[in-house]
Amino acid sequence: MNSKSLKLIYNNSILGPIILFAVLFCIPLVSSSNYLFSILTMIGFYALVCIGLTTLTGYAGQISLGHAAFYGIGAYSSAVLTSTYGLNPWIAIIIGALISAVVALIVGIPTFKLKGYYLALATLGFGIIVYTLFKEFSSITGGSNGFFGIPPISLFGYEFITDKSYFYLIWVFVFFAILFTRNIIHSRIGRGLRSIEGSEIAADAVGVNLMNYKLQIFVLSAIFASVSGSLLAHYVSFINPDLFVANTSIFFLIMVIMGGKGNIWGSIVGAAMYVLLDEILKHYVPLLLPNVGGQFEIVFFGILLVLTLIYMPDGLVPRFEKLMSKFKKKTPTNGALQSTISVNATGGDNK
Amino acid sequence: MSNKRPILSVENLTKVFGGVVAVDNVSFTVEEGEIFAVIGPNGAGKSTLFNMITGVLPSSSGNIYFQEKRLNRKKPYQIAQMGITRTFQNLEVFDNMTVIENVMTGAHITMKTNILTAGLRLPSVRNEEVKTMERAMEALEAVGISDLAYEIADRLPYGSQRLLEIARAAISNPKLILLDEPMAGLNSEESRQLVEVILKMREQGMTFLFVEHDMETVMSISDSIVVIDNGVKIGEGTPEEIYQNPQVVAAYLGDEEEEGVEAYA
Repeated sequence: MNSKSLKLIYNNSILGPIILFAVLFCIPLVSSSNYLFSILTMIGFYALVCIGLTTLTGYAGQISLGHAAFYGIGAYSSAVLTSTYGLNPWIAIIIGALISAVVALIVGIPTFKLKGYYLALATLGFGIIVYTLFKEFSSITGGSNGFFGIPPISLFGYEFITDKSYFYLIWVFVFFAILFTRNIIHSRIGRGLRSIEGSEIAADAVGVNLMNYKLQIFVLSAIFASVSGSLLAHYVSFINPDLFVANTSIFFLIMVIMGGKGNIWGSIVGAAMYVLLDEILKHYVPLLLPNVGGQFEIVFFGILLVLTLIYMPDGLVPRFEKLMSKFKKKTPTNGALQSTISVNATGGDNK
Repeated sequence: MSNKRPILSVENLTKVFGGVVAVDNVSFTVEEGEIFAVIGPNGAGKSTLFNMITGVLPSSSGNIYFQEKRLNRKKPYQIAQMGITRTFQNLEVFDNMTVIENVMTGAHITMKTNILTAGLRLPSVRNEEVKTMERAMEALEAVGISDLAYEIADRLPYGSQRLLEIARAAISNPKLILLDEPMAGLNSEESRQLVEVILKMREQGMTFLFVEHDMETVMSISDSIVVIDNGVKIGEGTPEEIYQNPQVVAAYLGDEEEEGVEAYA
């Protein structure tokens, strides 16, 4: 009965994630196109980064313009530790995540002491520094030429080589990231974070240590980005610093905002939108405008971001949810229904 | 009345804003289990005093002790963790949460869940969530708004939001609850309800310090009163003593111009 009342507050049903993954994992039954799997795999990599980033932006109210750096730290850690030092890829992923976590702490502690959007500036600078390090420490990273020959990841003797195998692998990570993040949001930690947005002064007055929570979520999002980067390195087997430039960070943020910040499903939708639009652009723009250079994506997505912020500041998924609830509200009102349920629940709890 | 122990001591507390002395050398002691009121006309420095105790504003000089521990320079969240919670004059409910989540957030400092155990949703986390929810429901029942538990907090009427703030402040079992003008904006029915809740909680051993403009409520429910005017303490005692204090009577009934002196923070 008690767990029932808890359900009145938080919808912890895993039905949503399971349906998504049932649908996704049915795709191999109807198609075996490598191109399709490579696209779905890229969406998975970006979605994993965005799940962390959307929590940071939507719940802790912080903007990071440096997540490509954590993505890159994960990728280069895995590359160097497995290729140069012959470590097991899984151990390399963990070490990369730890490095990212420590770096996030070092960047976060001084910046969270400041109010406002200092994190955005600090992470922007940080991203540029990390990019430069990738480029200049060529004895370790291979410099601008890139890092070749990253071995594939393997599990219980099975080697992940094909697009399809990485498609499964990354989406399993995304699945657990969704559950993990949602569990956090539906807990003391999530309430602490949301209280900051609800009323910062009251959050302080009930004993929520604001800085501490912002920092924890920042570290978590860095770890997600790092793991995603590590898996990417094994997938593509070749990485170079240009994968982790500041633009990549901005693209991550665009995905989060398009999908709906603070919405886990939004980060998946945002990542999917980005990858699909990017593919369409790459295919059609050169056909229509043969003289356009390589930087047209940033212009297109920049304009898209501005339009999203003006006409749909909540992002796609929350907008869709609003439409759905408006549709539902034409039948009996939700609030009245909720309160009758709650009366029954409280009555039941006490007697 | 005799074997009571002091819980909060304010000693020579002063706050200067530029050249204006908003609170001038104010001292008083709140004892365990009492309802203690700070009253004064508008702009007397009540809110400034309140903000210094809750750590929102630093004091210029003087000391605040809570159970022998010095509160000066403590941050608001640290003060909450020591056992002092508060409500707000201009309502600060978490308007992005349901009523019961608001109260559960009030229990924040009594919970142990951290980001890792929360993410893995260990059985201990689940238990703690269920227990906290039950406690939150009890706290809502104690203030009489448990039927609104699953409403979004900012849809509640004004009076219920204030009761919600009290439930949120009480759920962590604090040693002292500070109420910032709790009667502000309430109609007479809502005030009566609120007074009832406060008296009931006092019976259960809660200590209250409140800052209030409305003389009538203050006189009817307080055990001790301090009166400040223009930042200076002008009277102290039981409601009867305050009634008979000529300085207090003058401050309240005397010239209206003083009302214009705004040292409000």
